[in-house]
Amino acid sequence: MKDFNYHSAKDSKEASKLASSSSAFLAGGMTTIPSMKLGLATYKDLIDIKNIKKLSGIKVSGKSVTIGAATKHVEVSNSKDVKKAIPSLSSLAEGIGDPQVRNRGTIGGSIANNDPSADYPSACIALNATIHTNERKIEAAKFFKGMFETALKKGELIEAIEFQIPEKSSYQKHPNPASRYAIVGVYVAKHKGDVNVAVTGAKSCVYNDKEMSKALSGNFSSSSIDGMDLDSSEMNSDMHASAEFRASLVVTQAKKAVDAC
Amino acid sequence: MASLVGSRVERKEDKRFLTGKGRYTADINLANQTYAIFVRSPHARASIKKLNIDKALKSSGVVSILTGKEIADDKIGGLIAGWAIRSEDGTEMKCPGNPPLAKDNVNFVGDPVAVVIAESLAEAKEAAEKVEVDYKVLKAVTSTADAMNGDTIHEGIDKNLCFDWLLGDRQKVKEAFDKADKVISIDIINNRLIPNAMEPRACVADYNAASEEITLYTTSQNPHLSRLIMSAFGNVAPEHKLRVVAPDVGGGFGSKINVYNEDIVCSWAAKKINRAIKWVAERSESFLTDIHGRDHVTHAELAVTKDGKFLGFKNETIANLGAYARVFGTVTPTYLFGPCATGVYEIPAAYTNVKAVYTNTAPVDAYRGAGRPEATYTIERLVEKASMELGIDKTELRIKNFPTAFPFKQTLVHTVDSGDYVAGMEKAKQMADYKGFEARRKESEAKGKLRGIGVTSYFEACGIAPSAAVMSLGCGVGLWESAEVRFNPTGQVTVYTGSHSHGQSHQTTFAQIAADELGVPIENIDIVHGDTDKGTFGMGTYGSRSLAVGGIAIVNACKKIVEKGKRVTAKMLEANPEDVEFKDGEFIVSKSNKKKTIGEVAFACYLPGVRDEMKSPLPEGDEPGLKETSFYDPSNFSFPAGTHIAEVEIDPETGHVKLEKYTACDDFGRIINPMVVEGQVHGGLAQGIGQALYENAEYDETGQLMTGSYMDYTMPRADNFPEFNIGYTCTHATTNPLGVKGCGEAGAIAAPPTVMNAVIDALGGQEVTMPATAEKVWKACKNLKKSNAKAA
Repeated sequence: MKDFNYHSAKDSKEASKLASSSSAFLAGGMTTIPSMKLGLATYKDLIDIKNIKKLSGIKVSGKSVTIGAATKHVEVSNSKDVKKAIPSLSSLAEGIGDPQVRNRGTIGGSIANNDPSADYPSACIALNATIHTNERKIEAAKFFKGMFETALKKGELIEAIEFQIPEKSSYQKHPNPASRYAIVGVYVAKHKGDVNVAVTGAKSCVYNDKEMSKALSGNFSSSSIDGMDLDSSEMNSDMHASAEFRASLVVTQAKKAVDAC
Repeated sequence: MASLVGSRVERKEDKRFLTGKGRYTADINLANQTYAIFVRSPHARASIKKLNIDKALKSSGVVSILTGKEIADDKIGGLIAGWAIRSEDGTEMKCPGNPPLAKDNVNFVGDPVAVVIAESLAEAKEAAEKVEVDYKVLKAVTSTADAMNGDTIHEGIDKNLCFDWLLGDRQKVKEAFDKADKVISIDIINNRLIPNAMEPRACVADYNAASEEITLYTTSQNPHLSRLIMSAFGNVAPEHKLRVVAPDVGGGFGSKINVYNEDIVCSWAAKKINRAIKWVAERSESFLTDIHGRDHVTHAELAVTKDGKFLGFKNETIANLGAYARVFGTVTPTYLFGPCATGVYEIPAAYTNVKAVYTNTAPVDAYRGAGRPEATYTIERLVEKASMELGIDKTELRIKNFPTAFPFKQTLVHTVDSGDYVAGMEKAKQMADYKGFEARRKESEAKGKLRGIGVTSYFEACGIAPSAAVMSLGCGVGLWESAEVRFNPTGQVTVYTGSHSHGQSHQTTFAQIAADELGVPIENIDIVHGDTDKGTFGMGTYGSRSLAVGGIAIVNACKKIVEKGKRVTAKMLEANPEDVEFKDGEFIVSKSNKKKTIGEVAFACYLPGVRDEMKSPLPEGDEPGLKETSFYDPSNFSFPAGTHIAEVEIDPETGHVKLEKYTACDDFGRIINPMVVEGQVHGGLAQGIGQALYENAEYDETGQLMTGSYMDYTMPRADNFPEFNIGYTCTHATTNPLGVKGCGEAGAIAAPPTVMNAVIDALGGQEVTMPATAEKVWKACKNLKKSNAKAA
């Protein structure tokens, strides 16, 4: 690991001010630190945001659940409020990585990193989330731009994620047996009027599967997507799963999710 | 006094391990030590055109940078293969040189070319990045099956072939196959595994310029053997000027048998720079440079009669040695593999032919089970297939071909002293509720799932190894073991063993044995191992040998102590030695009933006259002191055996295989500590099931390791396993005084075919290679659906 300057910001303003083209915000550090250790990433400055009190915590209102960016996975999975309002979100958090990761990793870090196999981005899409930053509010559908790419600008800091409480929802993943990241994860959420089927792991970036959303909006039953033959041409293919297998898993996990709703 | 052998004595080592007081190599820090980082080849095969260290030398904190040139100039020897194997045509095996630092050519990703030694670890890393190596990249050979058709890796080794070895009689086999009603054939792959010991390799080398001694602390399973090899073949230092210490070691599984490049380089360099050097592998280095295991491609055939009698067996295997032949690299796919490939069956004619090939991959060597898992996988997959093709129940077919009388002269090499394979099978069936399977299958079917059951009956040859036998098979050395039992004057005992514990609980089980033999409380017995300056030369721990060989040496040394104790007691109590009996720590003169405790005898042996004996208690011809040594060379291997049964449930939509039930019924002979044995069985099963369902080391065609971290290499976790159902039958080995057989590797040997037989049973007989990943199984399920649809 190369030498770097460590800063601990006391508020979002200071964090943003410290940011430069060679800096990174540090929350749980579950991706940043290993990347630095392996020499895959180097930064001149790491700006620790864990001590910014405003960024942690969970608030539930009648319509939404708002989670501070520096809130740890374990806090989401253990939160009685989240369990009551959106049980699938708490069980998603419970299935991330391992206890060590869940005790340090944060929701904001996961979303800002936008790993194509991460779990949380699918929750943002399925639950019509709004990403609150220190500068603006961004709809989830416009936030995730591509592989490890988001709408965040340099120095822009996620402060909280506001999830819309659905009528019913479920997240089902087929984990990579080694890393336990999602080979395919499907988050189905039934809102008033429409159904979102957010898919992670399958393509270079999380997406809402229109075909399945449409079918399920018409008839919210796994039979309405059973046997659906998805186009696999844009799907990821690696030693753990071919594109063809992923396409099949998307349908299987979606069916499981609908059945579990 | 109740016997400790056979009871669940709590582990003496747990206090330090569970409270963080273990002392591993990486915990050792010496005054003024430096740090080493190895510069490794990023290419699988290349020649080194130029190596420039000028920039790196100027980097801050650099103490020294040494390359293949310096190590060659100093005539430091390379790494060696310990067993000579002769090809079928009589020619000797062909082994390339394996210098500790490559000078001209690199042959796998991770092959070290230079060592950078600096004042701090960060400075060493920084400087290592500045070492410039100009490689001419050559086409790599990575496929086991195609290695013989690839470019020649090592000059003079045609077809990349180390040897083409035969065990058995081709003509007899041909005759047997001519008589067969049916021939069952199978093509299988024994997937490459990475041992993944919890503690990565490490070493700390120190040089004392005054005494001219090198001390090497290292993560070794056999410090004495390491010293011998480094001294005799490595030319690092004469043995009396080289001390090797293997302190607490966090798992080996065979990967820490070898002397590695880093051990030799750091020892040599410490003397060169006259300072201590510390090196600790990063996990990525462990993946790349620890020895790997398995990696066979096999075609096997079984000739049978229509009523299921086995007549003949053929085994044609290509074994991947990786880039170089290492210590057990050549014996693992031959003598540890071939003889066991006929399994627990009476098969009149058999042969095993192994072509061992070099590839541009990490060296392959002994990994838990070493050869026997590959052998058991071959025969047990074949037998299971035979049961499907013949329509005979898989357990009945096995029983039909079991030997019924012992000793059993096994087809190729071994004479198995003891066992009762039918009893093991019957008990396993009962434990697993074999009869109830069909009902469980139907339940799964009702849920839309596929359920399968798989059986394996295995035996293995361990307790390696009797000198006479192994020397006749081509090994340069016999693998006996030493023990020294020393009484202190005040009655406590120190036992020095040449074996090494890196998770096997020797501190407990060996103390149990000595406590029973000597009648001394277990608290008063210490087991010492792992330091060439303490105790006698020994052979180390691997091949489930510690108890069956090392444990017997302890028993024999204890018996010598007791014999001397009888003579001393006789003198002290004015009796005949023949009239003295020893029981529960007391020497009793049978006629007078007078007695002396073993503590009193020990005291008298060291300090006669201090207590009440005014004249010497030592008989004429006996020297003072109470210390005995034994070198035990076993008369035969030991042969654990058993039957394992697994049940899996498959989700045809996702290909997910769930291991529902696992039953292991093993015969390990006498069991010293059931708790420790359970731990060994659990660990072996975890690794064996890991091979079947999860683990796979994969190289791409350029020789880059694709599974070089836990993101991609699937280590099994606790939630992958059901509660293991473990039981035993117990036939005592007749070839050693404890009747013990060895339990360390059985799980890893039996589990792969057991699980795969269950998976393939669920898939209606469709072959799937290990590991049975979700995608492979999903594809097979799709095929099954298609063929079922056609049949309907």
